[in-house]
Amino acid sequence: MIAIIDYGVGNLFSLCSSLKSIGAEAVVTPDPAVIRAADRIILPGVGAFADAAEKLRATGLDRVLLEEAANGKKIMGICLGMQMLFEESHEYGIHKGLGLIPGRVVPMAGYIPEGLKIPHIGWNPLILKGESKHPLLKYVNEGDCVYFVHSYFATDTDAVIATAEYGKELTAAVAKGNVMGCQFHPEKSGRVGLNILKAFCEM
Amino acid sequence: MITKRIIPCLDVRNGRVVKGVNFEGVRDVSSPVELGKFYSDSGADELVFYDITASVEGRALFTDILREVASTIFIPLTVGGGINTLEDFDRVLKCGADKVSVNSGAIRNPNLVYEAAQRYGDQCVVLSADIKRVNGEFRVFAKGGREDTGMEAIEWIKRCVGNGAGEVVVNSIDTDGVKKGFDVEMLRAVCDAVNVPVIASGGAGCVQDFIDLFHQVPDIDAGLAASVFHFGEIAIPDLKRTLSAEGINMRLI
Repeated sequence: MIAIIDYGVGNLFSLCSSLKSIGAEAVVTPDPAVIRAADRIILPGVGAFADAAEKLRATGLDRVLLEEAANGKKIMGICLGMQMLFEESHEYGIHKGLGLIPGRVVPMAGYIPEGLKIPHIGWNPLILKGESKHPLLKYVNEGDCVYFVHSYFATDTDAVIATAEYGKELTAAVAKGNVMGCQFHPEKSGRVGLNILKAFCEM
Repeated sequence: MITKRIIPCLDVRNGRVVKGVNFEGVRDVSSPVELGKFYSDSGADELVFYDITASVEGRALFTDILREVASTIFIPLTVGGGINTLEDFDRVLKCGADKVSVNSGAIRNPNLVYEAAQRYGDQCVVLSADIKRVNGEFRVFAKGGREDTGMEAIEWIKRCVGNGAGEVVVNSIDTDGVKKGFDVEMLRAVCDAVNVPVIASGGAGCVQDFIDLFHQVPDIDAGLAASVFHFGEIAIPDLKRTLSAEGINMRLI
């Protein structure tokens, strides 16, 4: 069973239905006991980093996630959920993340060429990284498009398994051992996205 | 690099899609779920559902349908029609919409865009504007294009983007229904004025119209159409293949 962490941010309707559609059993929960009992964890999130990180800390779910990561449980962050796996974010000040993946999250503004619209919204092809395909991306082919909505991106990290080009190459997916994440929304990326969720369930 | 989007728009009244012909493999062409799935499988990059129901019962039906659509189709969904308050945003977002499009609601209550963007994020708020040339200027029209608000369109759009609209749909009343191509002049003017995605609507009659749109307005992000898709005049897979061959970035599935 997959525990989708409910800490009061974001709309989880599509994520739940997409998992259901691939036959995965998932539950949206704020309950540490349920999260500990699950065999996989998804950390979702949309909105502002500071607010989301604070909510995670206030509910004590940050500690649960750190413990479960140390226990070797498969954890996937999506969008802001992925960004929170990193050490820190520079979104309106510097805010501490979970630190499960080395690196930081910084604004696209000033990094990508001027004139490109921010947020980066839309379908963008994936560029696969690393010598062999990461198991999370086992059904993905180079150039498959996925759906992005974000204004900040992860950098200074050695965990990149896929990027997408938007004026510059931006981190699209990361993995460090049992902890991984997608900057894009697999639950909104059609067949390609569903296959990424399926691969996560098969890991 | 990011791809240009092709977006079919489905008008829904009392839970049924208003117009369309039968497609092979689609049992019920007026079912939003079936038609939406057909378009999604054809490679549509996003779907817009426009609720043109007048009654309260019809509105409840729309959210039921929306929930079903969002449980079966996993691409971005935008919902518009009858969005006047934050409660309306809440109602459709809870049913699986990703973006909410406001038109007359924003004209009636200019704070709506700001309040919605504060609560749900800019990426969630789409400004839809019906625009027509009057005395040599672009004017915003309300009530489905029937009423001249007297407001200059570019200023209106800039103001709404300043208030947090994360995307703009420009529907040219002058080219809508004429099927002689998109309103290139109007779309250029909007693209030059704002730095958020702009979606072209009104005027698509054939594949060449989409080619001209993306070539002549390079900053445009998406082309939206209804009848040319619903009446089978343009098949999305053919359209996207042709655009791709023309050097326009497309998501091909």
